[in-house]
Amino acid sequence: MAGDIDLSRRGVLMAGSATAALTAVSPAEAQTPRPEAEPSRMGVTLQVNGARRSLEVDTRTTLLDLLREHLGLTGTKKGCDHGQCGACTVIVDGQRINACLSLAVMNEGAEVTTIEGLGQVDDLHPMQAAFIQHDGYQCGYCTPGQICSAIAVLDEIRAGVPSHVTGNLRERPRATREEFQERMSGNICRCGAYSNIAEAMADVAGGRA
Amino acid sequence: MRPFSYERVSTPAAAAAAVRAKPGAKFIAGGTNLLDLMKLEIEAPTHLIDLRPLGLDRIEETEEGGLRIGALVTNTDLAANDRVRRDYGVLTRAIVAGASGQLRNRATTAGNLLQRTRCPYFYDPNQACNKRKPGSGCSAIGGVSRQLAVIGVSESCIATHPSDMAVAMRLLDAEVETVTAMGEVKTIPIADFHRLPGDQPHIDTTLPPGDLITAVTLPRPLGGAHVYRKVRDRASYAFALVSVATVVQSDGSGRVAFGGLAHKPWRVEKAEAALPQGAKAVVDLALAGARATDQNRFKVTLAERTLAAALSDARR
Repeated sequence: MAGDIDLSRRGVLMAGSATAALTAVSPAEAQTPRPEAEPSRMGVTLQVNGARRSLEVDTRTTLLDLLREHLGLTGTKKGCDHGQCGACTVIVDGQRINACLSLAVMNEGAEVTTIEGLGQVDDLHPMQAAFIQHDGYQCGYCTPGQICSAIAVLDEIRAGVPSHVTGNLRERPRATREEFQERMSGNICRCGAYSNIAEAMADVAGGRA
Repeated sequence: MRPFSYERVSTPAAAAAAVRAKPGAKFIAGGTNLLDLMKLEIEAPTHLIDLRPLGLDRIEETEEGGLRIGALVTNTDLAANDRVRRDYGVLTRAIVAGASGQLRNRATTAGNLLQRTRCPYFYDPNQACNKRKPGSGCSAIGGVSRQLAVIGVSESCIATHPSDMAVAMRLLDAEVETVTAMGEVKTIPIADFHRLPGDQPHIDTTLPPGDLITAVTLPRPLGGAHVYRKVRDRASYAFALVSVATVVQSDGSGRVAFGGLAHKPWRVEKAEAALPQGAKAVVDLALAGARATDQNRFKVTLAERTLAAALSDARR
């Protein structure tokens, strides 16, 4: 008989969380005490998908949370919230960025394009249509970030921005599959739709050429 | 994230005054590293001073024939600059070997130099870390150390500097231009900018608190073949296990700097004299006195092999 060492899974989980609670000493508290600032609010005005939006937010609000929680644009996804997965990729002033690693107030006056601004069901952006055509997703969670990133990647190649796989730095990079794969490495897809995403990008790049 | 107040400044003098006025204030530019750390409360500034309105985003030729790179030039813009691609190829190669396209679009030149280690024990507030909390100990020593430093380590810290760009800057003998909180302009050679952990691993650089980086300057181009070779656990978007930046001249002489091995970009000038004898001769000198762990001893061998591969690339 297991007797008194019969720990249920539930019991183990509870013990585990109690340990975590005991050891979860915040490093900011543990360090030299300094005056805690009061929560601070600030106005910010930016263009989102062509519309001027003015609102007041806690300064801690990221661009990602501003889009999702304040403007209801939940197409942009929160994956890791630490710039590691790319699910929150949006296009700001023509460049793709991780919306989770940018404060809303740092984007005063910026032009932000999210997946909602690229196209809608009856009026798809060519990259959205190509993702459907080439089956560039399974669960779809990373897809808005993948599509924003893919569009910006083609712009970066056309602008001559080099990448890790660009052969000769004196020459303009070309829209090759190898370039797509390297440049899309900041967008993780747990379903592994990578090869189909690259096909979709090649389709759109070819159509433009 | 802890609460903070926020302001934008439009001149370096205003930035200096703002940081002097508020204890607990920090500068923010790209924010790609600072916000990550603020979410974990590893950094907890009470006031943020946004430097982006300062401009400082131009790349200009210097009178000496080098380049002056504004502190706020993004990693993408620096890597794509025509002069950099033509004359400082190792710098472009190093930048595009790091991070992701999204991060490089926001990360700045000065911020890249100032980014903090990615040691997993630094990032985990439940672990002892002398860099995060001075005097708390180092869980990395005796812990999972495969990715960590093999040379220049101390009893207090075995963290590595994570930057690829900084390795190329060290190779090229860049200089860091700063302005003090009192408005005085200073220059710090890149060799003196990043420091070894010693018994003060919480201090990453010799930049005094409150001082602001305004530019990074490069001397005249070196010529030669430029190579940056990085070995990592996946083919893209990962920090280096070992990286090698090298510029090799047609007579076989040249320069070598390593990333992923130490608390700062690792370059030993006297080891470079051995370049004509090959990778082993250079690494024997450059990594003399290495103090590896059982888990990261492979880095010493990997450094030699990565340099050999880089020298082979340079001859092509």
